[in-house]
Amino acid sequence: MKKNVLGIFILLVAIFVITAVINPKFLNAYNMQNLIKWSSLYAVMSLGVAFVIITGGIDLSIGSVVGLVSVVLSICLKLEGMDPWSAIGITLVLSLGIGLLHGLLITKAKVQPFVVTLCGLLVYRSMGRWLTDNQSIGPMPYEEDAGYKNLEQIQGLDFLFSGKIALGSFNLPTPALFILVLSIAAAVFLRRTIWGRYLFALGNNEEGTRYSGIDTDRMKILAYVLCSLFAGIAGILFAFELDSVQPAQTGEFYELYAIAAAVLGGCSLRGGEGSVLGVVIAAAVIRLIYNSINMVGISTHLEFGILGLVILLGVIGDEFLKKAVARKQAAQKT
Amino acid sequence: MDESSSPLLEVSGLRKSFPGVLALRGVSLHLQKGEVLALIGENGAGKSTLMKILAGVQPADEGDFRVYGKKVSFRNVNDAMDKGIALIHQELNLCGNLDLAANVFLGREPTKAGLIDEYEMRRQTEKFLSQVGLNLPVDTLAESIPIGKQQLVEIAKALSCNARVLIMDEPTSSLSQKETETLFEVVKNLRSKGISVIYISHRLGEVKELADRVTVFRDGENAGELMQDQIDHDNMVKLMVGRELSEFYDRQVHNPGKPVLSLKNLRCPSYPQHPLSLEVSEGEIVGVAGLVGAGRTELLQTIFGVTPALGGSLQISGEAKEIRNPRTAISVGIALAPEDRKQHGLVLPMSVRENSSLPSLQRDASRGWLNENAERAVTQNAVKSMKIKTPNYEQMARFLSGGNQQKIVLGKWLAMSPKLLLLDEPTRGIDVGAKREIYKLMEKLAGEGMAILFVSSEMEEVLGMADRAYVMHEGQISGELSRDQLSEKAIMNLATGNLVAA
Repeated sequence: MKKNVLGIFILLVAIFVITAVINPKFLNAYNMQNLIKWSSLYAVMSLGVAFVIITGGIDLSIGSVVGLVSVVLSICLKLEGMDPWSAIGITLVLSLGIGLLHGLLITKAKVQPFVVTLCGLLVYRSMGRWLTDNQSIGPMPYEEDAGYKNLEQIQGLDFLFSGKIALGSFNLPTPALFILVLSIAAAVFLRRTIWGRYLFALGNNEEGTRYSGIDTDRMKILAYVLCSLFAGIAGILFAFELDSVQPAQTGEFYELYAIAAAVLGGCSLRGGEGSVLGVVIAAAVIRLIYNSINMVGISTHLEFGILGLVILLGVIGDEFLKKAVARKQAAQKT
Repeated sequence: MDESSSPLLEVSGLRKSFPGVLALRGVSLHLQKGEVLALIGENGAGKSTLMKILAGVQPADEGDFRVYGKKVSFRNVNDAMDKGIALIHQELNLCGNLDLAANVFLGREPTKAGLIDEYEMRRQTEKFLSQVGLNLPVDTLAESIPIGKQQLVEIAKALSCNARVLIMDEPTSSLSQKETETLFEVVKNLRSKGISVIYISHRLGEVKELADRVTVFRDGENAGELMQDQIDHDNMVKLMVGRELSEFYDRQVHNPGKPVLSLKNLRCPSYPQHPLSLEVSEGEIVGVAGLVGAGRTELLQTIFGVTPALGGSLQISGEAKEIRNPRTAISVGIALAPEDRKQHGLVLPMSVRENSSLPSLQRDASRGWLNENAERAVTQNAVKSMKIKTPNYEQMARFLSGGNQQKIVLGKWLAMSPKLLLLDEPTRGIDVGAKREIYKLMEKLAGEGMAILFVSSEMEEVLGMADRAYVMHEGQISGELSRDQLSEKAIMNLATGNLVAA
């Protein structure tokens, strides 16, 4: 394990142990299942934004994409009575399209990523509200909806996206499997393919990478497409998890949690750095902090304050570590 | 304080190292009042590092500084200013959106009751501008005057801080002949008023005209000193390269083969009004000389597709090619080792391995999977053939010396087996040893039939390495010189816009 990933892992273990000591109820199976489930949901978004942050960009629209995707999915299933797999397909195509649009605006129209995705945040949120007339909606039929189309298939999807698999007495939430598969895929992509290497290279030095013959525009577009795709997958997971989607609220501020997890997990907003494992662990740390605050009995009004301080200290600690490593390397005189 | 016996400025035993490179290995230098001292040496000899230390921009690791025999230490630019030492930067630092008076007094504005005393500021500015022979209205915007005059404003600014030592780093590298003459007049005038000048230049002709004494650096050490009557071209070069010139630039003349690159009326975006035509053949090393800003870097960048051509034709081995970006350039066999190695040549926070393999990753990959064996082989090849000094392949490029960094850049391109190698200031910031290896490599590659086009501001490099040279002036090719015609005088004539070669 790399040093900075080790640091965040130690933080995770420390908070975990302290909370368990103060309040043993923390360890009960129900709480653990919840913690795993929410950590997994956050980690999906965080991994997505990590691709973009590695290129030195930013995506502020993630929360709105989560909201819009869960709204569109609910409409397709509930109001249109669409075949469930087609509905999933539509939402994924929608997310890919959003990412492609971001990428094209950033690379071809040369609009800054912050601006493009800030406008995206506003536009997708209001689209979701307009499509539903701001009424809450969910992918699952309510009990009174007799004769609901494709009920069995939808229940199958519900199990897939927000079910539990019994492992002895422990029920593992299915989102954990999603994050397992997605993080392995992301890690392989970043470390074993040329495109992953190109993302790191252009995040460190875009001009230098272009001078080496790499189509940096295409690689940046790819990063935004992956980011929105992961946000879309998170949107599907959230829709089934929440059962009732609030067009104005679902996903609100999630981009900030995702960015926080990516940064705490070792991505630099300057680009060129990041590790999948670090980001996943950091997403878990963020959920764990929430949970601990409740378990330990600290006022929930302090949630944001504590979260903010932990991220700040974590990033400062990471900088110190990096400087120490750099000094060591520099000392290896040629 | 006895001003007659001790020199105005004296430094000795000065050492400075950067990660991976020892820039100064105990150099010394002294300067008298009212003296013009020329500091010369090849790229990477340590001149700029010393100047930055003298001006307080960087601290030295160790060394003894004395002003009139009194020990001093400079922690920052203000300390140096207090002792009257001012650096005139190679890149000028005026704020274009401010007028001359505001620039001269930036950060030191005279005030009256807490407000800027405009009247006093203008009066003083006029005085200092006239000392450098400028009679411009003080409310002229800095960006509206040509670069030569901007430089004089910088000098006026230094004088307004009571500077008694002016350090000028390559002051003429972007000046026209007329502007150069004006600058010389100003320098001579200042000298007669008792102001000392440390003058760094690659133009030995200028040094001969201006200097009272010459100090030569080589590879971070003092290589020698020439008194006024000893200053001539051959003496200076001998001290700079440390051996006879023919030995340093070991060139054999190859019979050039078929043309590899031919440009016909190529229009670069930087100077679209001046179409450029030139040709480079197999086995030929062709130089491009000229002043800074003459459009040489832009020419290479257009050939390499960084700033695609607006018109004209570019042929590679007789076939017309349209080069829209570096990727297409690489695909037709062109490689560029850019001038700005840190920004364009390398990805500094990545390792030697990742840098060496960057252009060849795609070629060696199958369906996008990294081919780690091929990557290692490419790196090994680059490190071995270029003799890159690195503790291991995972060392960050940032921590290597300039010479080793440049070798990585060359190594990564050689893995692509280019037909045409473009080199932009190939030895800038590189120590003498690495420099010699790069010259040898150029010679070897030309011997194997590669076509090489290189841009250099270093006169000796063009004279020593080129089979043939083009000289550029303000965006156009002002002349072409065969090996027999190559001389400093001929190049300078063409570079400064005198179209008749001497």
